[in-house]
Amino acid sequence: MTIEERAVEVEDPILVVDNVTLRFGGVTSLADVSLRQGRGEILAVIGPNGAGKTSLFNSISGVYRPQEGAITFNDPDGRATTVIGRSPNRVTRLGVARTFQNIRLFNALTAVENVKIGVESRQRTGPVGAMLRLPYARREDRESDDRAFELLSFVGLQARANALAASLAYGEQRRLEIARALATKPQLLLLDEPAAGTNPVEKRDLEALIRRINTEMNVSVLLIEHDMRLVMSIASRVVVLNFGRVIAAGTPAEVQRTPAVVEAYLGTAAAEEDGDAASG
Amino acid sequence: MTTPAATRDPGSAWARYRDNKDLQRLGICLIVGGVVALMTGKSGTVTAPTSGITGTFKSSAAYVWIGIFVALWLVLTIRDRYLQSVQSATRVLATNRDRVLAVTPVKWAIYAAGLAIAIALPHLVNNFWQEVLVGQIAPYVLLAVGLNVVVGFAGLLDLGYIAFYAVGAYSAAYWTGSLPAHPPFTVNPFWAFPLAIATAMLAGVILGAPTLRLRGDYLAIVTLGFGEIIQIVANNLTSVTGGAQGITKAVPSFSVHVGGLHYAWPLELLPGNHFRWYYLILGLIVIVLVAFHLLENSRVGRAWMAIREDEVAAEAVGINPLKYKVLAFAIGASTSGVAGVFFASKNGTFTPPDFAFQASILILVLVIFGGMGSLPGAVIGAAVLQWLPQALRSHIEQQDLYIYYGALLIVMMIFRPQGLIPSRRRAREIRMAEHGVGSADAMAAPGAAP
Repeated sequence: MTIEERAVEVEDPILVVDNVTLRFGGVTSLADVSLRQGRGEILAVIGPNGAGKTSLFNSISGVYRPQEGAITFNDPDGRATTVIGRSPNRVTRLGVARTFQNIRLFNALTAVENVKIGVESRQRTGPVGAMLRLPYARREDRESDDRAFELLSFVGLQARANALAASLAYGEQRRLEIARALATKPQLLLLDEPAAGTNPVEKRDLEALIRRINTEMNVSVLLIEHDMRLVMSIASRVVVLNFGRVIAAGTPAEVQRTPAVVEAYLGTAAAEEDGDAASG
Repeated sequence: MTTPAATRDPGSAWARYRDNKDLQRLGICLIVGGVVALMTGKSGTVTAPTSGITGTFKSSAAYVWIGIFVALWLVLTIRDRYLQSVQSATRVLATNRDRVLAVTPVKWAIYAAGLAIAIALPHLVNNFWQEVLVGQIAPYVLLAVGLNVVVGFAGLLDLGYIAFYAVGAYSAAYWTGSLPAHPPFTVNPFWAFPLAIATAMLAGVILGAPTLRLRGDYLAIVTLGFGEIIQIVANNLTSVTGGAQGITKAVPSFSVHVGGLHYAWPLELLPGNHFRWYYLILGLIVIVLVAFHLLENSRVGRAWMAIREDEVAAEAVGINPLKYKVLAFAIGASTSGVAGVFFASKNGTFTPPDFAFQASILILVLVIFGGMGSLPGAVIGAAVLQWLPQALRSHIEQQDLYIYYGALLIVMMIFRPQGLIPSRRRAREIRMAEHGVGSADAMAAPGAAP
């Protein structure tokens, strides 16, 4: 059985991960991982705990620096940029925004301030402009206010704009983090377990939100998620990691049928049973 | 206090004491009052070592001290009760209020009144206090406001801040031809301001760029080292700086001659001359305060806040932490440089010990005392702490002076760690840290990347 499915060729990829290997001392966190994400696609990365999903995210967002392989981000106008070796803030300004598995907001700031900081990563007001309150600095500040409120309404938090980030409910914090990431005008959004710890109603809202980000804002979404129902319903393709390797890739339906995936999730016995059932 | 047996009884006085915050505070106030009384009271002798203690409590001065601290307790308790009642009434209002940092009309009125007092102040006090204002208070207010950018806004612990003050002072001396090393052309110290600002800023960038990658305590040690290096170089590089003897000839005092305008700040500190120096530095302080206030509420200020709160998250939203840290260092350093030029020109002469490590710590204390990250805090904190030793001088013995100073700082940090006039945001960070959300530590390293 060919377990290791090679990266599927996609037309106009926004993100190309080629044979990436990441080691920490003797521990190999990612081994020869390849994947391609098409522009405008919602791609999900799944896998058991410790499979290397977050390591992959951290490599793409510039937090980790893989020893081998290449990660390339493609502009809409066809410019390809290498991500490896760029610091996280430069990756963000390239057009790749992310959220964190354990929410990392600026807790002592208000919701709208959190989003403004994201908007302002694309602005140019420097210390001199700010200290003299030059016209362009004032205009940019107004723009960042407007944009921040727009994004808060987009994620449904306009009523909580002036609440402190720490005072928001868990699901609200998740959405605020997404709004802050969107504020940096990404073309690719990396969501690290956005549904973790949310209730069924919030999950439904989140699903709709991710769809709207994808269609209305034209942002490609790379998603790490444990909630299979969510993954199967919104992802157009799924990549499965286990022990730092890609063990399967394809549409949700295809992946679900792959014995290696069942084995990774449920153990060998289940896979055999499943294989028997499939063949019989 | 109570017997050990009583501590086991839940209904005992000890248990009630432990459950009551007000009573606890009263206990601390009594202890502090007692300690202060002991410190200021009679000293023991070799033959009767305990006579210091018994003597102290026989004199009425001890009870005056204890009375003062009980009064302090009363004030704090009443204030707390008042705040509680006000808070519960306005909580709904507060959460809905627009901008956290918006300057309300009331605030403007307070600022205007503060400025009016600052302008009138030298006319209301005698010559001694005028000299204190110009020599001790105003320059340190400027230094505290500058360090506030580094420590309060950007959250970087700088233990060598005085080095930039030295750079400013020596730059002024250099460009006025007062050092053994001669400049290509000499200028009046007034025109040394831009040159000194540029030099101090450059020093800030040179120190900052390689070292600001370090976090928290490591950065503090490096800045401490830098402060020492500057002082030691000034002390030993005699051919350039004049060494331990100080500069070779006096830095001339400021004068401006532009077109028909002639204005001079005479060196002789005769009564009337204090005013000119005072208003010069007051003007500098006001300019810096306005600029920093605008800076705090701008993109740059928010980027600093983001870095201070969570550096990993700040990077993820596209902020380059190194760039903004170096910027904070450069802005802080140039403010310090301005103060250095003023110092050099007003005093005419100075020596390396003027830039000792203690001075760096003093400025840091001023900022923390006033309230980290708060501009009014830095001003009031510096003014109060620089005024206090002078005010106490005539009432208590010289060698006891800093005992009071230290006691004040300790009491302050116990009861009001956020400082005299805390920035609202900083106070929130401290409150949240107490509840286990994030960290209010200026030098806390954010957790490693996930």
